[in-house]
Amino acid sequence: MHEMSVAESLLELIEDEGRSQGFVRVKKIRVKLGALGHIEPEALRFCFDAVSHGSIAEGAHLDLETVAGKGWCSGCGRTVPIAERYDICPECGKSDVRMTAGDELRLAELEVD
Amino acid sequence: MCTFCGCGTTTDGKSQAASADRAPPDRSEAGGEYRSFGEHPDRHRHHHNHDHDDQEHHGHSHGNDGAIDFGGGLAGVHLPGMSQERILRLERDILSKNDAFAGANRARLKASGIFALNLLSSPGSGKTSLLVRTITDLQFHFPIAVIEGDQQTSNDADRIRATGAPAIQINTGKGCHLDAHMVGHALDQLPMAAGGLLFIENVGNLVCPAAFDLGEAHKVVVLSVTEGEDKPLKYPDMFAEADLLLLNKVDLLPYIDFDMTACVGFARRVNPRIEILTVSARTGEGLPAFYRWIEEHALDTALPAQRSV
Repeated sequence: MHEMSVAESLLELIEDEGRSQGFVRVKKIRVKLGALGHIEPEALRFCFDAVSHGSIAEGAHLDLETVAGKGWCSGCGRTVPIAERYDICPECGKSDVRMTAGDELRLAELEVD
Repeated sequence: MCTFCGCGTTTDGKSQAASADRAPPDRSEAGGEYRSFGEHPDRHRHHHNHDHDDQEHHGHSHGNDGAIDFGGGLAGVHLPGMSQERILRLERDILSKNDAFAGANRARLKASGIFALNLLSSPGSGKTSLLVRTITDLQFHFPIAVIEGDQQTSNDADRIRATGAPAIQINTGKGCHLDAHMVGHALDQLPMAAGGLLFIENVGNLVCPAAFDLGEAHKVVVLSVTEGEDKPLKYPDMFAEADLLLLNKVDLLPYIDFDMTACVGFARRVNPRIEILTVSARTGEGLPAFYRWIEEHALDTALPAQRSV
């Protein structure tokens, strides 16, 4: 359940920003999650609800934006969509695809008071 | 980042701990062992506060120095006592604090010429037996120390110490992985000779530890042949992150149905650059190749070249 650690880290970042930017309440949190990453969105939502209780982010809407998996196929010489890490290229069928997107775990944006 | 005790420690060792909310319970100390990582060795109480002037481990800057794009210009304008709705564009890695602690660990290890490996596997793959055997075989060639991660007990550290090598046990309590902040604390307590080997035995778990950089030189995943050949496909994150796969317990191959060719193929599909060695911690089969791998990879960063296994 590493989502609990990730939720704690997310709250830490938000509280740091709250102190430095001077906001006291967070209304909305936008997080970019890679589709091929290691985070289960519903688990993160559950954990964040738990850890944010009593904090400036309590009750904030957690907007989880999924970033689709993409990879660079050296055979095709271009970026192709992938559904798994190191998937085969859907265009040429070769396996030499390096993941270039889909592993994100980023705090993108906060809507604050 | 310690996501359990929440304290911060600067790279010069200065505690950044602040006030008393989110206080952990008291701690019992036994031979350098953390009873729970929610409990801090300094007995101080603290929360997730830190000094924003500390750019080195903070990883970003604030205000007018341009490190963060706040977009439309509303951000940063704060009038005390007035509510002001605004949107802050941050684009920050959520694990950036862990990564900063990992970077500090890595720099510290490199400065001491210590070669660190982060061992990952499911429970029961034979990590500790592998370490005991490795230490027994190599301890007269290199100084070796171990950081052990488990939810409970100091059993593994006790087994390591029986070989004569120093070991620090980290008990993560309910935590399912080691993080870089925990390892930094363990490094504070571990007597390590320069130019040595450090093994970090992570919590037995094929999922969570993959996400947390500890500052190691390489991640090594251990898979025992009794676990089945399709583990690399079932738990791809772990195998994607590792530089070396040790297929352990190969002495049991005559007694089980394990498709070695398929397992190697699955591992390479998930991670084309992964190196794979077959070993048996019990019989010692394949271990010389592992020792050569250590020596070859350690040469760049740590161990003196004239030493040979």
